[in-house]
Amino acid sequence: MRRFLRPGHDPVRERLKRDLFQFNKTVEHGFPHQPSALGYSPFLRLMAIGTRSGAIKLYGAPGVEFMGLHEENNTVMQIHFIPDQCQLVTLLDDNSLHLWSLKQHSGASELREEHRFTLKGPPGSPPSATQITAVLPHSSREVLYLGTESGNIFVVELPTFTVLEDRTITSEAVLQRVPEDYCNRRSCELVEALREHPKNPDQILIGYSRGLIVLWDLQNNKVTHHFLGSQQLENLYWQRDGSKFISCHCDGSYTQWPVSSDNRQPGPLENLVPYGPFPCKAISKIYWQTTKNGVPYIIFQGGMPRASYGDRHSISVVHGSQQTAFDFTSRVIDFFIIFSSEPTAEFDDPSAMVVLAEEELVVIDLKTAGWPAVHPPYLASLHCSAITCSHHVSNIPLKLWERIISAGSKQNIHYSNMPWPIDGGTNIAPDPPQRDLLLTGHEDGTVRFWDASGVCLHLLYKLSTVRVFLTDADPNDNMNTLGEDEWPPLRKVGTFDPYSDDPRLGIQKIYLCKYSGYLAVAGTAGQVLVMELNDEDAEHVVDHAEADLLQDQEGYRWKGHEKLKTRDGAVRFEAGFQPFVLVQCQPPAVVTSLALHSEWKLVAFGTSHGFGLFDHQQKRLVFVKCTLHPSDQLALEGPLSRVKSLKKSLRQSFRRIRRSRVSSRKRRGGSGNASEVQEANAKFDQDALQEMELAPVQRKIEARSAEDSFTGFVRTLYFADTFLRDSSRHCPSLWAGTNGGTVYAFCLRVPPAERRMDEPVRAEQAKEIQLMHRAPVVGILVLDGRSTPLPEPLEVAHDLSKSPDMQGSHQLLVVSEEQFKVFTLPKVSSKLKLKLTALEGCRVRKVTVANFGSCKTDDYSENDLAVLTNLGDIQIISLPFLKLQIRYPCIRKEDVSGIASCVFTKYGQGFYLISPSEFERFSLSTKWLVEPRCIVDMPEVTSNNHVHNKSGMENAARKS
Amino acid sequence: EFRRFSLERSKPGKFEEFYGLLQHVHKIPNVDVLVGYTDIHGDLLPINNDDNYHKAVSTANPLLRIFIQRKEDADYSAFGTDTMTRKKNVLSNVLRPDNHKKKPHIVISMPQDFRPVSSIIDVDILPETHRRVRLYKYGTDKPLGFYIRDGSSVRVTPHGLEKVPGIFISRLVPGGLAQSTGLLAVNDEVLEVNGIEVSGKSLDQVTDMMIANSRNLIITVRPANQRNNVVRNSRTSGSSGQSTESSLPSSTPNILANFLQEDDESDEEDIIIEDSGEPQQIPKAASTSESLESLTQIELLHESTQNGFLPSSEMNLNHSAGSITMEYEVRDPDHKSLEEDGTIITL
Repeated sequence: MRRFLRPGHDPVRERLKRDLFQFNKTVEHGFPHQPSALGYSPFLRLMAIGTRSGAIKLYGAPGVEFMGLHEENNTVMQIHFIPDQCQLVTLLDDNSLHLWSLKQHSGASELREEHRFTLKGPPGSPPSATQITAVLPHSSREVLYLGTESGNIFVVELPTFTVLEDRTITSEAVLQRVPEDYCNRRSCELVEALREHPKNPDQILIGYSRGLIVLWDLQNNKVTHHFLGSQQLENLYWQRDGSKFISCHCDGSYTQWPVSSDNRQPGPLENLVPYGPFPCKAISKIYWQTTKNGVPYIIFQGGMPRASYGDRHSISVVHGSQQTAFDFTSRVIDFFIIFSSEPTAEFDDPSAMVVLAEEELVVIDLKTAGWPAVHPPYLASLHCSAITCSHHVSNIPLKLWERIISAGSKQNIHYSNMPWPIDGGTNIAPDPPQRDLLLTGHEDGTVRFWDASGVCLHLLYKLSTVRVFLTDADPNDNMNTLGEDEWPPLRKVGTFDPYSDDPRLGIQKIYLCKYSGYLAVAGTAGQVLVMELNDEDAEHVVDHAEADLLQDQEGYRWKGHEKLKTRDGAVRFEAGFQPFVLVQCQPPAVVTSLALHSEWKLVAFGTSHGFGLFDHQQKRLVFVKCTLHPSDQLALEGPLSRVKSLKKSLRQSFRRIRRSRVSSRKRRGGSGNASEVQEANAKFDQDALQEMELAPVQRKIEARSAEDSFTGFVRTLYFADTFLRDSSRHCPSLWAGTNGGTVYAFCLRVPPAERRMDEPVRAEQAKEIQLMHRAPVVGILVLDGRSTPLPEPLEVAHDLSKSPDMQGSHQLLVVSEEQFKVFTLPKVSSKLKLKLTALEGCRVRKVTVANFGSCKTDDYSENDLAVLTNLGDIQIISLPFLKLQIRYPCIRKEDVSGIASCVFTKYGQGFYLISPSEFERFSLSTKWLVEPRCIVDMPEVTSNNHVHNKSGMENAARKS
Repeated sequence: EFRRFSLERSKPGKFEEFYGLLQHVHKIPNVDVLVGYTDIHGDLLPINNDDNYHKAVSTANPLLRIFIQRKEDADYSAFGTDTMTRKKNVLSNVLRPDNHKKKPHIVISMPQDFRPVSSIIDVDILPETHRRVRLYKYGTDKPLGFYIRDGSSVRVTPHGLEKVPGIFISRLVPGGLAQSTGLLAVNDEVLEVNGIEVSGKSLDQVTDMMIANSRNLIITVRPANQRNNVVRNSRTSGSSGQSTESSLPSSTPNILANFLQEDDESDEEDIIIEDSGEPQQIPKAASTSESLESLTQIELLHESTQNGFLPSSEMNLNHSAGSITMEYEVRDPDHKSLEEDGTIITL
C-alpha cells in the first residue's frame, strides 16, 4: 500500500540501504531463564546449561559461547559430554536423547544437533520400561548406558543411537545372586545412578533407588560385587583410585563402601548423617575428592535438618575440620567440581566448585583459604533485583572507563583472585569497536554498570542510592552473621536477592554524561539525585531541595506513597558515583522523564504532575511547571497502579492466587515435585484463559480529549541550544512533551562561566504547541542547519563532534506515539509529517537517533531514527525527510515487558529483556555487530589410558 | 480580459500555487479574487481549495474555463446549478460590475463555510453490500461513541467458503455521533479504516488506527442489515454478487490517495502559543520540496507559451491522463494476486 504513496524507488538509495541496515539478533546476555540442567567437560573445559524451554548454552573462556535450541522446546533434564569428544548428549523430559556436536565451519565452531533418539521398549511394555533415569557415556566414546525406571540398563551405540540389545543389563540378571531376604524386602526399582570405574572401564557401578548397589562386569556380563544399602539411594561417587565409593541417601546420610577382590558383598565402611541426629533432608549429590595431603574434600548437596533448615538450598563442603554449608537464595539445579582431570595425576586436588542455582551461577574457589567466591565474567544475574529501567552510553572515554572500573574493583575485594576456571575454547571475535556501558536501574535502588562492549556482559560497578535515605530496614541486616558456634555452618553466597526493602527506592530514569562523569538518577518516589564521580571514599552532606510541582493548586490530595525520608547530616559514600544533590518532587510521584545538561549544569525532571528545572551548580530550583489538567483527579491521587486496566488487575490477582498455591504446595511437598506444580500451574493458566475468553473483549473508539486522564504526564525532556524566539539569536532551551500531546518550550538564560555562581539561571516559557491528535509525545529533537541532530552537551567541547550548524534554520522534530512531525524554527510552522498509526495501526514505543555507517565505505554515515512500535517491530525512518527505510519484526507483540525494556544504542544496536534475567542483543547496522565467534579445538588425547580403554572395549565386543 | 495558458494535468499542484499563478498571469498580485470554473454540465462552480481545484483540472475537456472575480464585488449567487444558462448574466456581472442590479438576494455562504456532516460516501465505487461512512466529529461535542470487538465472518475464497476473523461494531453509545447519524449499527463488520483494510490486524491495532483518525474517521463496513443498502442502476449492480470482495483491493489505492489529501487538509490544526500569547493554528511551511517542484513546472510551461510555442492543451492533458492509467497498470501486479475478476476501476 505504502508503495503506491511513494512512487519512484530510487535504486541508488536501495543499494545504500543494503549497505547500511541489516537486522541480527546477535547474543543473549545474562543468566538463562529457568535453567534445568548442568553439564561440564573437563576435557574441553566447557560448561553446558540446559533450560526448561529446551535451550542449551555452552560457555568456556570469556567470549566463548554457543547456543542451541531443541525443536521440541521441552525441558532439558540432563546434559552429558562424551568423554574426550566435542560432543554432548541431552535428555529431555519427553524421554528423547539428542546428540550435539561442535563442528568448525568457516573458521569458527558451531553447535549443531546431529541425531535424536527415543528409546523404545518391546510392544506392549509400559512407558516406564524405557523412561530414562540415568545416562552414562562410557569412556570408550562408543556407547551410552541408559538406566531406566524399570531397572533395566540399555546400551546404545554412538553416534547412531543403535540399541545393542544383547548387551542390555536386565534387573533379573542383576538380582540373580542377591540374597533372597534382601530381594524380598526391596525389588530393584529404577536405576538411580551409573558410574564407570575410574581405573577399569570394564566395570560399572549401578545404583538402584531402593538402595541396592552392584558392580557390573561388562566383559563377563555379571555382577561382581553386591552392596546392600538399607536406605533409599540418591547418588554415587567413586574415589579416584577405585578402591572405595560413596553413596548418598534420602535420609540425609552418606555411606562409604570398600571395593576389593576378596569380599564380594562387603558391608559399609562408614555411615554418617552429617547434620543429624534429627531427621534430615536427602543428600542428592555427593563428591569425594582426594588431595595430596590426604584429607579429602567431601562435597554434598542438601542433607539439612528437615525441621529447622529444610527450606535452605545448600551445598556443604567438608575438608577435615573445615566445614561450610553454602546457602543459596534460589534452588540448586546442579553443581560440579573442577579438579585435576589428568589421568596420570594421583589426586583430585579440587580447585573450584561451580553451582548452578535457579537464578544465578556461583563459583567457589576451593584453593584459597576461606573459600571465597569467584566473580563470573558472564552469566550475570541481571535480575538479582528486578530491572526497572536501562540506559545505554556508547563510546565511553577511556578516562571515565578506568575510573568506573577502579571504583568497581574496590567493591570486589571479597572475590577470589583465581582466574576463571572454565576456560575452554578460544575467542576469535575481533575486539569490540568501542567501550560501551549499559546501566540498569533496579527495584532496590541500585544502578548497575555493565561492560556492554562485547559478548560478555560483565558487571563493572554497582551504585546504591539507598544510603541517602532512611529506610525501615536496618542495613546491618544483610551482613553475614557467621558465628563460630553456629550449626549448621551456613554461609550465604550469591547476589540474587529479589526482595526489595522499599519499593519507593526503585530507579526509574538514568542519565549519564560520559564527558563530565555527572550522573542523574531518578526514582519511584519522585527523588532525583545528581552525582559526581569521586575516586576516594568521602563523607559529605547531600544538598536537599523540594520541587512542588502542583504550585499551590488547591483541593488536591495525593493518596499515593509518602516521599522518602532523608538522612540528616553527612553520609559516608564509597568511592564511585557520590550524590551531592537530591531533589524531591512533591507530590512524590514516580519520575517519568529526566534530562541532564552537564555543560549548563542543569537537571530537568518530570512526573505525572509537571516538570521542573534544577541548577545543580548553584543548587537552586530554577522553575517548576504544572502540566496537570484541573479535572484530572486520577493523576493526583496516586501511583498509576490505581488505574490499571481490569484485565491487568485480573491477571495479577490470578498470579497472586497462583503464587500462594505454589508456596503452600512447596511447603507441603518439598522440592521433589516441581513438575507437579508446573502442571497445576499450566492447568490454572488454562482455566484463567478460558475465563478471559468468555468475557467479550471490546474496545472503545473515542477521540482523545483534553479532559482525558494523565494528559499532564511528562513523557520527555530535552535540552537544546537553538533558535526559539528569533532567527538571529540562539539560546539554551528546555523542551518538554506530555501524554496529552503538548510540547512546552522554555527559553533559558544561563550566565557565562565566569559569573555562573553569581547570577541566577532564568527561564521563561516561549512556546507551547498542542498537537491536535493529542497522542503522547515520546521524543523531541532539534535538527541543525544541516539537518543533523544537535550534539550532546560537551560533545563539541571534547572535539568528538562537529559543532552544530547555527547558520541555516533549525527544525524541530516532535515524535508522538502516532505521528512524526517536523516544524520550522523559530516560527513554528509544520513542514513534514509521517502518520504511523493512521496507516499501520501501530504506535511508537521507543525512538532514538542512531548513526549508521556503510559497510562498504568508511566515509559514509547517516543519522536515522530507530523506532520500536507497540507491535514489536523495529522501523528505521530517515532524517530529516521522515521516509520509512526498512522494517524488521523483532519482539513478539505479546511480550509487553520485552518491548518496554528495549533500549537503543547510538550506533544502531539495541537490547531488550527476553526474560527477567536475560537481555537479547540485536543489531540494525551492517557495521557494528557484536556476536560470539569462537573456536573449540579438540585437545590432544595425551594418555595411553584411552587406547587401553579402546582395546578393552573391542575385546568386550568380540566376546559378546 | 482573457488569458490562456496551459497546466499539466497530472500535476496540478496546490490551489494556493494556482491562485498565485492566476494573480501573476493577470498581474493583480495583491487583489483578493474569487475563482470559479464551468464544469461539464455548464454549472459555474467555485475553486477555493485543493479539492475542487483538482476536480476542476480533471474535468477540463480540454479547456478549463475559469472566471475570476474581485472578492469585494463578488456575486456569490452566481455559483450553483444552472448558472451557465444565465451565463450572459454572469459574464456581464463579472465584466461590468457597475451594471450590477441592487436586487436583494439570499446570501448563501461559501461551501467552505458549511459544516461538513457525517455521511455515506463513495457509493459509486463500492460494492452494494458495503457502506463507507465518514464520521465528522469536527465542531460537535458529541463523542464518537462506539465500541468494536473481535468476531468471525464468512468469506468467499478460491477454496470455497472460509471462516475468517473480523472486527465488528459491538456497541453504540446512546447520544454519540455513531448512533445519532444512524449510519452504523451493532454487528456491522468493519472492513477498512480510512482506506486501509483491517484484515490481518488485531483489535488493538484497529482501535489505534480509528483513534488516530478520529478527527476524520472513514469506516467501510459491511452492514449487518443488508436491506437498507443503496441500490444503484443495473450497470453497476451487475458486478455485485461474487465480486463484492475482490473489487475492493483494486479500488483502494485511488481512494487512499484521496483520503490522504483530505487528511492533510483536515489536520493542519496543531496549535501554538507563543510567549504565552493567544493560541494560533500552526501554518504549513510553504517550502516543501514537492510543492516547489510543481510550482517550477507550471512556471516552465508558462514560459514556453510566452516563447511562442503554444502546446495544444488537449494533447497535453490527454497525454498526462494516459500516464496516470499507465502508472496504475504498472503498479497493480501486487494487487492482482488478490483479486479474482473484480472490475478494474481506472481513473
